[in-house]
Amino acid sequence: MEVVQMQRGLVDYTKTLFMECFLDAQFLQLQQLQDESNPDFVFEVVSLFFDDSEKLLNDLSMALDQPSVDFKKVDAHVHQLKGSSSSIGAQRVKDACVTFRNFCEEQNIEATLRCLQQVKHEYYLVKNKLETLLRLEQQIVAAGGSIPMIEMGFLKTINMKGKHDSGVVYTVETYGVFCDSTSIRSL
Amino acid sequence: MVVETGFSSPRTDAFPAGLRVLVVDDDSTWLKILEKMLKKCFYEVTTCCLAREALNLLRERKNGYDIVISDVNMPDMDGFKLLEHVGLEMDLPVIMMSVDGETRRVMKGVQHGACDYLLKPIRMKELRNIWQHVFRKKIHEVRDIESLEGIESIHITRSGSELFDDGHFLGGEDTTSGRKRKDGDNKHDDKDLGDPSSTKKARVVWTVDLHQKFVKAVNQIGFDKVGPKKILDLMNVPWLTRENVASHLQKYRLYLSRLQKERDIKNSFIGIKHSDPSSKDSNSGAGLHNSMNVIQDNVSNGSFSFSVNNSCVLNVDLKGHEGDVKGISSGPMAESKGTFSIDIPDPPRAKSLQISFDHSLGSVDSVVNLASFSSTDTVQYSWNEIPEIQFKQEYEPLQLENRTNQLPQPGLQHNLLTKYLQPTVSVSPGPSVTEKTATSSGFEVKPMCDKYRNNHIKLSSPTEAVGESHTLNDQVFEPICTTTSSMKSQDIIPNHLTESELSPRNLYDGVGVENLQLCWLQGDCYAMDSGLQGFDCTEYNNPTMIPEMPVHLYDAPRFDHEHLFDPMEYYVIDQGLFA
Repeated sequence: MEVVQMQRGLVDYTKTLFMECFLDAQFLQLQQLQDESNPDFVFEVVSLFFDDSEKLLNDLSMALDQPSVDFKKVDAHVHQLKGSSSSIGAQRVKDACVTFRNFCEEQNIEATLRCLQQVKHEYYLVKNKLETLLRLEQQIVAAGGSIPMIEMGFLKTINMKGKHDSGVVYTVETYGVFCDSTSIRSL
Repeated sequence: MVVETGFSSPRTDAFPAGLRVLVVDDDSTWLKILEKMLKKCFYEVTTCCLAREALNLLRERKNGYDIVISDVNMPDMDGFKLLEHVGLEMDLPVIMMSVDGETRRVMKGVQHGACDYLLKPIRMKELRNIWQHVFRKKIHEVRDIESLEGIESIHITRSGSELFDDGHFLGGEDTTSGRKRKDGDNKHDDKDLGDPSSTKKARVVWTVDLHQKFVKAVNQIGFDKVGPKKILDLMNVPWLTRENVASHLQKYRLYLSRLQKERDIKNSFIGIKHSDPSSKDSNSGAGLHNSMNVIQDNVSNGSFSFSVNNSCVLNVDLKGHEGDVKGISSGPMAESKGTFSIDIPDPPRAKSLQISFDHSLGSVDSVVNLASFSSTDTVQYSWNEIPEIQFKQEYEPLQLENRTNQLPQPGLQHNLLTKYLQPTVSVSPGPSVTEKTATSSGFEVKPMCDKYRNNHIKLSSPTEAVGESHTLNDQVFEPICTTTSSMKSQDIIPNHLTESELSPRNLYDGVGVENLQLCWLQGDCYAMDSGLQGFDCTEYNNPTMIPEMPVHLYDAPRFDHEHLFDPMEYYVIDQGLFA
């Protein structure tokens, strides 16, 4: 497959992730942080996220499995997970955590169990997406290409939730012109 | 503003590049991201995921960091606590971060002294600007010193109340004075800036020892004449600079004022109406004043009549930001006899330290409620025992509300209490006393009162003070006089008691104890002049008395009163504070 095609595929894929709110602007920021001195930055951060999250999800399952649930503890775990997910921009996971915490406050066992399922679901989804994305990037790099950057303007167009650096503003129509040649940085 | 930056360190040229940042976060993902982001800003980054580790790093490399960024939720130590420690020991600007942006949390952060509170996810632009906090602190330090200098010169000529005003603005809410000093500051800055050695202020860690020396010096000098230079000279610590002392003094006063403020506000002295606002006491809250007044009255009775019961409920209500005031009970407290207990409520809640004296003397049952800083322990002091006040590290900074030139009343309270305690305990230098003195690293507060006292009254350290006719006055004086906890009331001569000069209200007038002290001294009219001094005394005293001294305010959390406490306690506290 041609590098350019791969790049386009990657961009499209990333776009959909944003549009579907799997990821938010924080992820873009991470991508922007990646540079020559740290070419695997995003990969490393995402890996850390996976490790932390899985541990937290385990802890959560255990905590909710207790005969007498300690909601404070559960809440603390969820809070941590919320923080973690916000670090890479896993928006849906983060949102699920918010709901989760609300039910923790109410000390609603059933609801919290459902929330746990929801969070897990979202997590595995985004994990899957990210793995795919990273794999695409690796393929591009392996083929000698560079990873295209998504412009911030793109996000503005599709009204992403969450904050993002609006340092770069492009006039974007729908989510079209966001990835021009200048935005493609070579590794 | 033409103030120069004052950064004359090697990296000044590139400032803010090279800013040395310490990041503390238990989330490894965030730690990595923040490190990367900060490096992009050309800052020097050190990361750690444990609060304790962070504190160790900070302590090892004093002056090795310019700013600390910490997460709020951490497993080993609450972020707010870390914040306090850093502020107190190292006096570095601290930025809090959290994914939780609830107003309450943010408020708590600010109250604990955070210079900023960032919400996660954090943006690059937010991190780019953190250098402003470092810069701002530098500027203020210089300005504070200037202010203090100004104060020094007018100390002698001004009355206590005026001093309060000074202290008031010294507290940081300086308006006119500060402005006036601007020019002076600028000049000072220029001068300082020109001199690399002085501009770059090394971070002084105010250890207990150091602080004790400080307090001792203050006592020796006399409250009314205290000034950074004199203190410095007396302290005889070669590496310490005048600026260090000045800013320490400043912070202390600020802290005390805040305590006072809170106390005043939350004060709930039973039935003691602040009927006669002492002249000096312009701003103080009624609480203490009232109670003090009452006490005063009792004192005149001659015996150790710290009739706290009626009024003594020295309610020092140090309310935490939460504003929950617990344990302010004036009335009931008073009746309690025999126990000097300090209840230290939970940090997050109101802190009211209730100290109830149990006068073994019997004459006075005083219950002094001192607002405590969120400590959950109740310290029971019996007259004959050395009170054990457990200092909880979790002190939530008291809000300094309308700062008036109030001297931290809580401290006063303490003093008073300790005084009372002493009476029976004849403190004397019994084993406990000696222990205390021995342990209290140097808080040997030489009773400032000495200066004030007239020939007969000998204010001895509380531990020593004992049974002598400790009139309330004496007691009261003690604290005032001796900034250090050594409340020696032993030699308190009953004469004092008879002094009806002791105007209760003086007790808590802004000058607080100072006033009282003055009153006691027969014929001495320190009046408000020494107000500030008095406060200083009490201030220092008080902190110790108050279990929950805002650690961050006082570099050395320990204060003189420590010898009031069991030496072991002291150490415990010490460890807790400096662990």
